[in-house]
Amino acid sequence: MTETNGHAEPVKLARKDFQSDQEVRWCPGCGDYSVLAAVQFLLPELNVRPENTVFISGIGCSSRFPYYMETYGIHSIHGRAPAIATGIAVSRPDLDVWVVTGDGDGLSIGGNHLIHALRRNVNLTILLFNNQIYGLTKGQYSPTSELGKVTKSTPFGSIDHPFNPVSLAIGSEASFVARTHDMDRKHMMEVFRRAYEHKGGSFVEIYQNCNVFNDGAFEAVTARDARADMVIDLKHGEPIRFGKDGDKGVVATELGHLEIVDVASVGDDRLLVHDESRPDPTLAFALSRLADSPTTPTPMGVFRAVDRPVYGDAMNAQIASAQERQGKGELAALISSGATWEV
Amino acid sequence: MTTESFAPSRGRESIDRVVIRFAGDSGDGMQLTGDRFTEVSAAFGNDLATMPDYPAEIRAPAGTVAGVSAFQVHISDHDISTPGDSPNVLVAMNPAALKASIRDLFPGATVIVNIDAFEQRNLDKAGYAQNPLEDGSLDAFTVYEVPMTSMTLEAAKETGAKPRDAERSKNFFALGVLSWMYARPIEPVIEWIEKRFADKQIVRDANLAAFKAGFNFGETAELFQHAFEIAPAVLPKGKYRNITGNLALAYGLLAASQQSGLDLFLGSYPITPASDILHELSKHKSFGVRTMQAEDEIAGIGAALGASFAGQLGVTTTSGPGIDLKSETIGLAVSLELPLIIVDIQRGGPSTGLPTKTEQADLLHAMFGRHGEAPVPIVAAKSPGHCFDAALEAARIALKYRTPVFLLSDGYLANGAEPWRIPEVSELPDLRVEFTTEPNHDGDFWPYLRDPETLARPWAIPGTPGLMHRIGGIEKEDGTGNISYDPDNHEHMVRLRAAKVAGIAKDIPLIEVDSVEGSRVLVLSWGGTWGVTHAGVYRARARNRRVDWAHLMHLNPFPANIGEVLAGYERVMVPELNMGQLAKLIRMDFDVNVVRLNKIKGVHFRAAEIEACILELTEND
Repeated sequence: MTETNGHAEPVKLARKDFQSDQEVRWCPGCGDYSVLAAVQFLLPELNVRPENTVFISGIGCSSRFPYYMETYGIHSIHGRAPAIATGIAVSRPDLDVWVVTGDGDGLSIGGNHLIHALRRNVNLTILLFNNQIYGLTKGQYSPTSELGKVTKSTPFGSIDHPFNPVSLAIGSEASFVARTHDMDRKHMMEVFRRAYEHKGGSFVEIYQNCNVFNDGAFEAVTARDARADMVIDLKHGEPIRFGKDGDKGVVATELGHLEIVDVASVGDDRLLVHDESRPDPTLAFALSRLADSPTTPTPMGVFRAVDRPVYGDAMNAQIASAQERQGKGELAALISSGATWEV
Repeated sequence: MTTESFAPSRGRESIDRVVIRFAGDSGDGMQLTGDRFTEVSAAFGNDLATMPDYPAEIRAPAGTVAGVSAFQVHISDHDISTPGDSPNVLVAMNPAALKASIRDLFPGATVIVNIDAFEQRNLDKAGYAQNPLEDGSLDAFTVYEVPMTSMTLEAAKETGAKPRDAERSKNFFALGVLSWMYARPIEPVIEWIEKRFADKQIVRDANLAAFKAGFNFGETAELFQHAFEIAPAVLPKGKYRNITGNLALAYGLLAASQQSGLDLFLGSYPITPASDILHELSKHKSFGVRTMQAEDEIAGIGAALGASFAGQLGVTTTSGPGIDLKSETIGLAVSLELPLIIVDIQRGGPSTGLPTKTEQADLLHAMFGRHGEAPVPIVAAKSPGHCFDAALEAARIALKYRTPVFLLSDGYLANGAEPWRIPEVSELPDLRVEFTTEPNHDGDFWPYLRDPETLARPWAIPGTPGLMHRIGGIEKEDGTGNISYDPDNHEHMVRLRAAKVAGIAKDIPLIEVDSVEGSRVLVLSWGGTWGVTHAGVYRARARNRRVDWAHLMHLNPFPANIGEVLAGYERVMVPELNMGQLAKLIRMDFDVNVVRLNKIKGVHFRAAEIEACILELTEND
C-alpha cells in the first residue's frame, strides 16, 4: 500500500500512540522487544491510523505481540492467524492487517494456512519471528532447528530436516519475500516498510534471538562485527557483493546455481545483479539457498517483490461487477424464483 | 405423512413407499430393468405393485413420445394394490421419455436423465422446442444429469463389445444407479446377468460392467435417495415452490444477511452433504456475499471468525468430520464472544462413516465437543423448508448474544425437497445490530462490559476510532478484557459465559405440545425426524391411542418450560437416528422415564416404526 490507510488527520502520531497500556512480558533480553520497537517506530512514519490497523497472531512467544499494540487485534489459536487474518483482510479492504507468527506457529502447526495465504496473495503483512526453537513451551526443537540440535525433545539430536522459510515462501508463490534480523532496527524498519507497501501477501522472516532457549543462534551472522562479512545485503538493481571492502560477491554458475566468490578473481562484470521484480522466482529461490543455516554468509533484504492480483481485491471486484450487472440482490425475487404455485 | 426409507441391511427390512418409473425408448430395455429392480425388491421383503407401459405401436419410431416404453414399480411396506399414481423417481433415458412422463410427477420428485441422449436430434423428435434441462421447466424437481451412454461405453471398453452393442447395456447402468440409491443388494442382479447371458460372453460382460459402473457412479457421485414427502395435509394459503434443505438454508443465510444489514461471509471446505450451500451462496455475489473455499475446515471457520471480528455475518458450513477440525476455533469464538454460525449437515459417522447417509449423531458433539467449559447454543432444522427459518434463528441468537451458534441439519433434510411456502420479506425478523462506536467506561472502551439483560459484550469493529482493543483465547478479566489468570475471575467468567447461553431460554418460544386428552406418553422429537414422527403419532392416534407429541428446535438451551412439560408424563419416548443423544441430555437434567427409539442405519425412521413403538407404550392406555 502506497497511501495511508485513510482517515489521515493532520496530527502526526508517534511511537507512543501505538503502544498499549499492557506491560510487555517477554523475557528480558528477548529479540522480540526490538521487533516490537521497530514496528512501533515505523507505523507513525507510514501515516497509518491505529483504528485502521489490525494485528493477528497465533500462539507462541511472538504471538503476544498484538497485546502490546494500541490497535485492533486478536491473539488467536495456534497456527491459525493467517486464516483469521484472511477473513478480515478480504471483507475489509480498508484495514491494514498484520500477522505475527513464529517458526513453530507459522511453519509447523500453521504451515498450511501460511502457504495458502501466500498462494492466494491475501493483502497481509506477515512477520515470522524465526528463533529456531519453541520458547513458550520451554525449549523443544522447531521446524527451523538445525539437524542434530539437542533440545528437551531431542536429547540425542534432532533428526528433522529444517525448513528454509524464505524458500518455503517463494515456493508458495509469495509475491513479496524478505528477511531481516532483530539486531538492526534500521534494516527491520526498511524491510517492514517495503512489506507494508506491497500489495498482496508479504512475508518477512526475522532472525530473532531467543536468549533463554537458543541464545546466539544467529550471532555468527547478525553480530555487529560479523555483519560486514556475513550479511549479504540485497539491493534491487545492484550487483550482489558484500564483505568489509565489498571484496566478495555472488555469481551464477551453470544450471542457475549461485556461488560466493572473491570479486577480484572473477571481475565485477560477472557479479549477479539482484532483480527482485523478476516474474520467474528461480533467482530469488537460488538466493534463498545460498545459506543453509545462519553460519555462512546470508542474504538479507527483499528477495522477491512482484505484482499479481490480490485475492480480496478480486473477490470484491466480482461482487462489484455482479452488482453493477444485476443490481443489488433482491431477496424476495430470489426466494420466489423458479417454478411456483399458489395454494 | 408417509416417508420412504429403504434400509440397506439384511432381512425383511422394508420401506414405507416409493414409486419409481423407468422410461426410455422401446429398445432401451426398460421392462427388463424394471423387472430386475422389482425382483430384487421383492426378495428384500417389500410389498410391491408394478405397471409395465409399452408403446401402443409395436414399431413406433425410436426417440419419439409414441415410442416410449415405461415400467413403473410401487414398493411399500404395507399392503398395496395399485402401482401408485405419481412417481417419486423418474428415470428418463431420452427426451421423449421425459416428455411422456413429466406431467405425472408432483413437484419435489426426482428426475434422473441420461444426459447423453439430450442432443438436438432427440429433442426435435420428442417435440421439445427448447432443452427442458436448460429452460427452467424442471425447477420444481431434483434433476440428476447422468451421462449413462458414455459411461456405459467407457465401462464396457474392456469387454470387447462393439460400441453399438455396448450402448445397449445402458439400462443396466441405470439399474446400477437406482440400486445404489435405494440400497438394493447387487448380487442377485449379477447372478441373473451371468445366468441369462451365459452363452453370450461379451454381452454378459458388458452388462455386468455397466451395472457395476452405475452402482459405483451412484456411490462416487454421492447420489442421495430423495425421500422427502410431505403429508397430504391442508397447506396454509400462499405462494409455494419446491425447495431442498440446503437451498433453504442458503436462502436463510442470505435473508439473515439482509435482515441484519451485515454482509455475509462464508468460509467453507467442500464436504458431503454440505457443499451445496457453498455452491449456492457462491452464485449470489449481487447480495454482497463473500464465499471463500478455504484450504481446510480450520481455515474455513478461521476466516469466518475473522470476518465476524471485522463486522460481517460470519458463517461456516460443514458436516461431522469438519466439526471435529473446527472445534478449537469454535472454542476461540466462545472466548472471543463473537457472532458465528456453524452449520453441521450431519451424516453417518464415526470418521468418514456414511457420507451420503443421514444420521443425527452430532448432537452431543455440538453440545460438548470442545475442551473446557464452552457452551454453544444449538438450533436444529426440522424439515427442508424449515432450514430457512432455522438459519434466521441461528443468526438471531448469534448476533444478539455475540456467540457462536450451531445450526444442525442432516443429509436427509439437505437433499430432500418439499413444497415451501415462500415467506414475505416483511414477515422476516428484524436482525439489525448496532456496533459500539463510543467509549463505554469513563472514556475508555471495555470490550467485555456486558449488556445486563443479554450478557452480550459490545461489538466494536476495526475502523472505529478510539475503541482499539485486543482480544484473545486467554482468559480475560471481566469488563476490561485484559489477560487475567486470577482464579476468582476465571470462575466468574466461566459462569458468566454459561449464564449468557442459558439465558437465551427466556428468548425462545416455549414448547408446544400437540396433545390429546388423557395421554400418559409424550413423544419428544428433534431435528429431521419431525415429519416422520408426526406421521407415526397420527397413525397411532388413528388407532385410538392417546399420545402427545412435542418437537424441539432449540437443543441448547432447551425452552424454558421443558421441565414442566416432561413432568406431566409417565413416559417420554425419544426417537432419534443415533444411540440416544437427546435422551441422554434429557436424563441429565430431568428426572423422567425416557424410552429410546434409536435407528442407526443411515436411513430415516419409517412412520410404521414410530407408530409401532407408540403402540407398544400405550398398550394399556
